Amino acid sequence: MDTRTADEIEAPRHKTSRMEFVKTHFRDYGMLLSLLFIMLFFQVVTDGTLLRPLNLTNLVLQNSYIVIMALGMLLVIVAGHIDLSVGSIVGFLGGLAAMMMVRWGFDPVTTTIACLIAGGLIGAAQGYWVAYFKVPSFIVTLAGMLVFKGLTLALLGGMSVGPFPVGFQRLSSGFLPDVFGGQGFNVTALFLGVASIAVMIYFSLRSRANQIKHAVETVPFGLFAFKNVLLAFLVIGFCYLLATYRGLPNVLVIMAVLIALYAFVTNRTTIGRRIYALGGNEKAAKLSGIKTERLTFLTFVNMGVLAGLAGLIFAARLNTATPKAGLGFELDVIAAVFIGGASATGGVGKVTGAVIGAFVMGVMNNGMSILGIGIDYQQVIKGLVLLAAVSLDVYNRKK
Amino acid sequence: MNAILEMRGITKTFPGVKALDNVNIAVKDGEIHALVGENGAGKSTLMKVLSGVYPHGSYSGEIHYEGQERRFSGIADSEKLGIIIIHQELALVPLLSIAENIFLGNEQATFGVIDRSLTFMRTKELLKLVGLNEAPDVLVTNLGVGKQQLVEIAKALSKKVKLLILDEPTASLNEQDSDALLNLLLRFKEQGISSILISHKLNEISKVADSITVLRDGGAVETLDCRTQEVSEDHIIRGMVGRTMDERYPTREPKIGETIFKVENWSAYHPLHKHVQVVKNVNLHIRRGEIVGIAGLMGAGRTEFAMSLFGRSYGQKISGRVGLGGKEIDVSTVEKAVANGIAYATEDRKTYGLVLGEDIRKNVTLAHLEGVSKNFVIDEMQELAVANDYRAKMRIRSPSVFQETVNLSGGNQQKVVLSKWLFADPEILILDEPTRGIDVGAKYEIYMIINRLADAGKGVLMISSEMPELLGMCDRIYVMNEGAMIAELDSAEASQEKIMHAIVKSGRR
Repeated sequence: MDTRTADEIEAPRHKTSRMEFVKTHFRDYGMLLSLLFIMLFFQVVTDGTLLRPLNLTNLVLQNSYIVIMALGMLLVIVAGHIDLSVGSIVGFLGGLAAMMMVRWGFDPVTTTIACLIAGGLIGAAQGYWVAYFKVPSFIVTLAGMLVFKGLTLALLGGMSVGPFPVGFQRLSSGFLPDVFGGQGFNVTALFLGVASIAVMIYFSLRSRANQIKHAVETVPFGLFAFKNVLLAFLVIGFCYLLATYRGLPNVLVIMAVLIALYAFVTNRTTIGRRIYALGGNEKAAKLSGIKTERLTFLTFVNMGVLAGLAGLIFAARLNTATPKAGLGFELDVIAAVFIGGASATGGVGKVTGAVIGAFVMGVMNNGMSILGIGIDYQQVIKGLVLLAAVSLDVYNRKK
Repeated sequence: MNAILEMRGITKTFPGVKALDNVNIAVKDGEIHALVGENGAGKSTLMKVLSGVYPHGSYSGEIHYEGQERRFSGIADSEKLGIIIIHQELALVPLLSIAENIFLGNEQATFGVIDRSLTFMRTKELLKLVGLNEAPDVLVTNLGVGKQQLVEIAKALSKKVKLLILDEPTASLNEQDSDALLNLLLRFKEQGISSILISHKLNEISKVADSITVLRDGGAVETLDCRTQEVSEDHIIRGMVGRTMDERYPTREPKIGETIFKVENWSAYHPLHKHVQVVKNVNLHIRRGEIVGIAGLMGAGRTEFAMSLFGRSYGQKISGRVGLGGKEIDVSTVEKAVANGIAYATEDRKTYGLVLGEDIRKNVTLAHLEGVSKNFVIDEMQELAVANDYRAKMRIRSPSVFQETVNLSGGNQQKVVLSKWLFADPEILILDEPTRGIDVGAKYEIYMIINRLADAGKGVLMISSEMPELLGMCDRIYVMNEGAMIAELDSAEASQEKIMHAIVKSGRR
């Protein structure tokens, strides 16, 4: 018998030098730093317009539907697929919502629920072909893109339908009321910002304590503190600026809750873990007893529901449903996920990355519009940024 | 007669393994030279050295071809001199025509424009030479394996072949096609083309070979000249397997209990060709604490049997019954098979066993996430404790459990795969080639783990192409050939000769 003890096997390393840590985790922080850099850049060249409370509010409203869809798209891409149809689904379900409320007289709540269910069904219809029939998702969702673009036109009869009941408009144009009754300053917004950052810091401290207890390699304390202080500064600063305007938009709250939920699902739950395994090696996942088909199917259902939600938000924002709504959204969403560090071959990608990626695109859109750059060159620049971000990522991984 | 090829003192090492050890082989002008040996004896490696797949400098020794020393830096070099190798897995593009395949990379073209009529004419000539009666524009995918083999040979002929190397050409052919192929080799011989024939089928070898080189454990044991002496199959088999069994296997006192696992009348058909039966009415049983082996040549259907059993992961029209602990169990999906106490550790860990981009921790818990989670939420610290526990128990060498599995050595990867299945806590563990591509030291550790499992009262089914390994580890050995169980040997009576005899005898039927 072999009598060596486990101690003779190299013990796990506890300490890594700070520089080394930064190097190995550069990818995690690199994205956030580039977003900050881009914001700083536009803040300077727009003479401070970018971070004005009004513009900041607009920035959130303009990007909410992209961020929300990026959450679903991240799961689809991590699972090793793609969904090209989300833009068309946004248009179609926005149109459906408009017809239900304006023409058929349904109330906003029924309409919202119906549209989310319809989104799930559309996702299921596409996921069925991808998961169980093994038709490439590129083809299935390309077909879906055409189908739902056509159905939007048919449903709306080629016309714009609106306006919506006030209750529905609130989804996009409403703000959280100030329960503290601040004058010209929304105390609730600041309070919620401080509260959420407190919760975040509490959880990261707890997980750090847990890691230390179990002798896991941890982030050096200096970096840990710096990261949390920076995060607190950003979140509180952001909420403060919004508070000086009209407070927290309803959409922001929905978005924040969804981001937290999806970050949790991908990091901590069995279903999240299984989606990463499925994308990393489908055969191995299947032979480990994971129902790969059903999981693929569900990621598409999830994508459909989120596209439905995005459709409602977008329609509510314009206060009208037009046949052109959602045109090209799929490209922004997919770009956001890839800028956020997801791998086109599946298995790699983070919720935080996708969200940051969405905001990189959003800030650039917004900043360039303020600068008066035409839509023509905006697209050129966005395309080049996408290429640069992903090639940098590929280059880093090769090293 | 002069030698067209002489390989002198060829030694080739891979990290941790000596694949070829000072091998000498000489092929005379215009002869058919057979190369025999067990799986892993080094036949394919030797041919890869010869054809330049392993370029000069990556091995030591000399290659003399047509009287000169040659230093090939790639396949193109050896092909230019007429050395053509036809691999066991055919390298044809299925959706191109016969003609396009034959001249792939060597198109009959002027300034890049393909001359179709010249291509067709030359293809027709070549097809006539190999005796294949098909039109040049037939797609390769529409041909049977035997005919595809002939297309490969025609392709070789188009390159002015002088030394033709065939790696198990008849492995997947029926008798008629095999005969046709062997006759073709004899015809080539008359035209002065030499061949090297790698085969397991000794009856075929005695039919066509002029001389035979036997490889064993990376060394050339002997070269037999069939023209001057009578060579018996027994003689060849002894040469192939005759190694001594030293202390390469840990000892164990088997404590064998009652029968816990039973497979009855298990059959499966090829996933694409629904008339080809790959697993034929297999019956087997495993007792508690017993290590049972399945011996057989590559392509005998062992992996196919195991995978069809494990959640129908291979094949179609699967039928048969599986019983565990006296009850019939449902193994129709992997999830059910695992839930019912069966685990299968694959032979191909990189493709089927590991999520290479994920770390050790996540791979270990993948098949049994329920064990580290509550209400679908993973308890990260518990998961970490489990992973660390297996890392220590299995002696997985890595800086930590956060190491991505892609960066581990073969032996450590295998330990991660085993950890994954041990954590799922099965009653029956099917191990498919558990030590393939692993160095000797790690092999010993894997054997210890297997023994511990058996001692804990589990049943182990071990598939291996290394016969000494089966003999050294197993309490009972089934021999499988062409999809059927053809023999069952007790460890006391089993020997490599007996296994080989069983295979050779059944193959001749």
